[in-house]
Amino acid sequence: MATLQSLDLKRRSATAGTPPAARQTLEVSKLIDISKCIGCKACQVACMEWNDLRAEVGEVHGYYDNPGDLSPSTWTMMRYTERDNPDTGDLEWLIRKDGCMHCSDPGCLKACPSPGAIVQYSNGIVDFVSENCIGCGYCVKGCPFNIPRISQTDNKAYKCTLCSDRVAVGQAPACVKACPTQALVFGSKEDMIVHAQGRVADLKSRGYKNAGLYDPPGVGGTHVMYVLHHADQPQLYAGLPNQPRISPLVELWKGAAKNVGLIGIGFAAFFGFMHYVVNGPNRVSKEDEEAAVKLKEGGK
Amino acid sequence: MTNSWTDIKNADLVLIMGGNAAEAHPCGFKWVAEAKAHKGAKLLVVDPRFTRSAAVSDLYCPIRAGTDTAYLLGIINYLLSTGKYHADYVKHFTNAAYIVKDEFAFNAEEGLYSGYNAEKRSYDRASWDYEMGEDGFAVRDMTLEHPRSVFQLLKQHVARYTPEMVERICGSPKEKFLKVCEHVASTGNGEKSMTIMYALGWTQHSYGSQTIRTAAMLQLMLGNMGVPGGGVNALRGHSNVQGLTDIGLLSQSTPGYLGMPRDAEPTLSAHLGNRNFRPLQANQISYWQNYGKFYVSLLKAMYGKAATAENEFGYAWLPKVDLSYDALHQFDLMHQGKINGYVCQGFNPLLSVPNKGKMRAALSKLKFLVSIDPLETETARFWENHGEFNDIDSAKVQTEVFMLPATCFAEDEGSFTNSSRTLNWRWKAADGPGEARTDTVIIADLFLRIRDLYAKEGGAAPEPIMSVDWTYIKPSDPSPDELLREMNGKALVDLKDPADPTKILRRAGEQVDGFAQLRDDGSTMCACWIYSGAYTEAGNLTARRDASDPSGLGVHPKWGFTWPANRRILYNRASADPSGKPWSVKKQYIHWNGSRWVGPDVPDFVPTSAPEKSAGPFIMNPEGVSRLFARKLMAEGPFPEHYEPFESPVTNVLHPKTPTNPAARVFKGDMEVFGGVKDFPYVATTYRLVEHFHYWTKHAKLNAIIQPEFFVEISPELAKEKGVKNGGWVRVFSNRGSVKAKAVVTKRIPVLTVDGKKVHTVGMPIHFGFVGETKKSFGVNTLTPFVGDANTQTPEYKAFLVDIEPLSSGPAIS
Repeated sequence: MATLQSLDLKRRSATAGTPPAARQTLEVSKLIDISKCIGCKACQVACMEWNDLRAEVGEVHGYYDNPGDLSPSTWTMMRYTERDNPDTGDLEWLIRKDGCMHCSDPGCLKACPSPGAIVQYSNGIVDFVSENCIGCGYCVKGCPFNIPRISQTDNKAYKCTLCSDRVAVGQAPACVKACPTQALVFGSKEDMIVHAQGRVADLKSRGYKNAGLYDPPGVGGTHVMYVLHHADQPQLYAGLPNQPRISPLVELWKGAAKNVGLIGIGFAAFFGFMHYVVNGPNRVSKEDEEAAVKLKEGGK
Repeated sequence: MTNSWTDIKNADLVLIMGGNAAEAHPCGFKWVAEAKAHKGAKLLVVDPRFTRSAAVSDLYCPIRAGTDTAYLLGIINYLLSTGKYHADYVKHFTNAAYIVKDEFAFNAEEGLYSGYNAEKRSYDRASWDYEMGEDGFAVRDMTLEHPRSVFQLLKQHVARYTPEMVERICGSPKEKFLKVCEHVASTGNGEKSMTIMYALGWTQHSYGSQTIRTAAMLQLMLGNMGVPGGGVNALRGHSNVQGLTDIGLLSQSTPGYLGMPRDAEPTLSAHLGNRNFRPLQANQISYWQNYGKFYVSLLKAMYGKAATAENEFGYAWLPKVDLSYDALHQFDLMHQGKINGYVCQGFNPLLSVPNKGKMRAALSKLKFLVSIDPLETETARFWENHGEFNDIDSAKVQTEVFMLPATCFAEDEGSFTNSSRTLNWRWKAADGPGEARTDTVIIADLFLRIRDLYAKEGGAAPEPIMSVDWTYIKPSDPSPDELLREMNGKALVDLKDPADPTKILRRAGEQVDGFAQLRDDGSTMCACWIYSGAYTEAGNLTARRDASDPSGLGVHPKWGFTWPANRRILYNRASADPSGKPWSVKKQYIHWNGSRWVGPDVPDFVPTSAPEKSAGPFIMNPEGVSRLFARKLMAEGPFPEHYEPFESPVTNVLHPKTPTNPAARVFKGDMEVFGGVKDFPYVATTYRLVEHFHYWTKHAKLNAIIQPEFFVEISPELAKEKGVKNGGWVRVFSNRGSVKAKAVVTKRIPVLTVDGKKVHTVGMPIHFGFVGETKKSFGVNTLTPFVGDANTQTPEYKAFLVDIEPLSSGPAIS
């Protein structure tokens, strides 16, 4: 997605020294309270409407998750998990709204080799800038939450923008606006943490002794947080990572590049060479070109 | 709703049963979320499925589809046997103390009340009444000890519904049931309140009205009627279905729930004579004594100047019904070839009336069918072959179909009445597409053309049409504003104050302030008395958008207009004890301040009637109290009783000789196609999904994306037994038809043990058909039985029998 907020950049992919932001905006966060979520998908529809996204009408595969996965035209979706709670013997239906977590230390941005294709604003939102995206897919590998998806039509990466366009003009993200039960709330990160504490206390009073806030330190905290009834077991919620962190490969590469200039360049050259050896030149074949044309036409 | 959506936030306990608010009413469910988050309220869900509501509940208890009456009677038995009910409320505000006639009897072996006629499948209800004293009033025993007092009869009646019996009938584990009972009983003291939220899970049974009555009785036992956070709350489906019933679009009532004239009432005096509503106790208000004022004002609205005292205000021009012409009866008559023209306005009966095969055959017998709808419905295209999904030989259908495109809600202005009985005015957002016209314009056009034909050609009985008052500014387009003014009513002559004839209450031509100003002498007109007060000389009150709430109790008195009289909680006088003091400070609402009834809401009482006069709080009843014993009003008995659905996997353990509702109407040919447990071993139930709205949103791309296709839900255990794979194809069949669907295998469908026998459930969402953006489907009404509730004729959509088998592939796509 394009950005109009160059003044507010905190970080920029593949750029050694990000120019200091001319102003500091409030650090924001969306809080997803799973204990209040009824899985109505209003957020999904609001996202599709605001961002003008239309996935294909799919099929039922035995679950309520529809569309079945995130995609370039599905930036958020509900993931439903049925679970027998061994402590109470009761069935639980855990419904998690999946989408970009807007990490403080974003793995996608770190992994991105294209200057300015991924940016982070001072308010914490991590945004993809399509015109700079080269479709290499490193952001997919760099993301500990498996969020970005590469479009087969234009070969660019897509994900939730936390409605950076709405937030920039003082509006809450479309999903938050649509939520009927206030399972989604939006505000300053500080306020959201306070709000979450109240929710956690309510859950504990209802017998969820491990209720808690999910704001994982492994990625420096996130700007999308969850209230979980079982904060001790995030993986129960459709595989939410217990302790997410950026892939060590990305860390290693980026760490080396930052700290030792020449060695870094050499390492990059080596990496480039290895990439050439493993994958060959990044060349568009005739078939690919034709397939892309077909896809584009089919998309109309 | 007896209470309102916003009032739910006052509840200490929310019982969702016979509904699934999180799924079917997600926007209203926010008030449950509010009660939980800010009041620490607990949420109980009792349902045959672990629903989205159950997902956020504090306690879920499974139940076999169709056994809710037994479950609720079990809770009442728990309250009575433990003494955990609101004794003072029961004594003073219900008919517990009333003595029932000696002739009244219930035979528990047979499952029948006195007065049953097996041939007619109906009751002579004469014995279902109170013993009357020599003073002309009903006899009471305030000690409640008289063996024929309602209290003692009820106690005896429900004693059979022990926790063990509830488990045997409902399949609900006893421990879970008792936990629910404990929670419910915790509100029977005036200090706390419970709200009950229900929807079609209670109505769509052959005894649905009785289930809802049982819920009302339960709330009365607890003292939860008329108080904040209490009530029996019907969650209405369509945005304006409350308005639809209010203005009399049901076949058995006229606007404002006044009675439909019957064959036996050829004159207005005969009609009114049957409704004298004489008080059954001294000093009672019995508000329905004003019935005649509402009725005459309605006739004046219909026939204007043509309605005079001499011609009984045109009563003779109203059609008189011999039987109930509900949807089931209409389509049965159509199936017999006795109805040959049909106008469907915002109605898709091919999918929404049971037994699609019968529906298709019925529609094929019509000479003409008119569909007035913003959408192309399956009904309008019933004649079109869609392969397996609608297998019909188009060449053999002679029905001529007219499609009149109508605008949708955002393309027209007007009011919606929501479940809270609140009329909300809405404004037009866009013009309709193409040739679409508003429903009003279409109906006006039709009316004017028919009237012209009568004017030109005469006819057998032109008066009912020629006498209609159609004096709208633009007769071809009566504006919603004019229509609402008409429903509010106005003075036709200067209205003098009866107390002081020198005072004029309303000048001729002025809007009345409310129904209290209506008269039965033809000096007022009002098209819907309960809407009176919505559009007064002060303007259109339904367009008010002042969200202020001075009491903080969710009253919002200046938001829209709530019928009756802008009252947000019905029976609210009952929030105070007989002396007019609030039962509890915590639940204070309306109370007596020494000279008036006051509080944040409009009192549901004569505002100056002192408590010493001992008028009861339930002013719509001639008793002045609410009814645990329903006198002659219900088709199948004055107390609710457990009957099985017409298709049930088990016998009725209470009375095997009368397993099903003995007063339910079954048409010839439909009894024969009920299926038995031998051939169809599984309980099927149908329901809504949050992603769709009835049969409308399958036409919308976004909704189709998030829920694209019909499916059926079964337990992993049944899937294993039948060799069904998750996401694989299955065929589900009843004795009326067969559908193919994808299987969703889920633990959310519990396997129950009912009377020692394992019972499996097959769940099926409605919503899908063969027209629209979603994948083509059969319609679940292919399977459902053609039988309705004995009182309302609402079809039994929630419990019937099917069988299921795996398929290697899906239906051929046409």
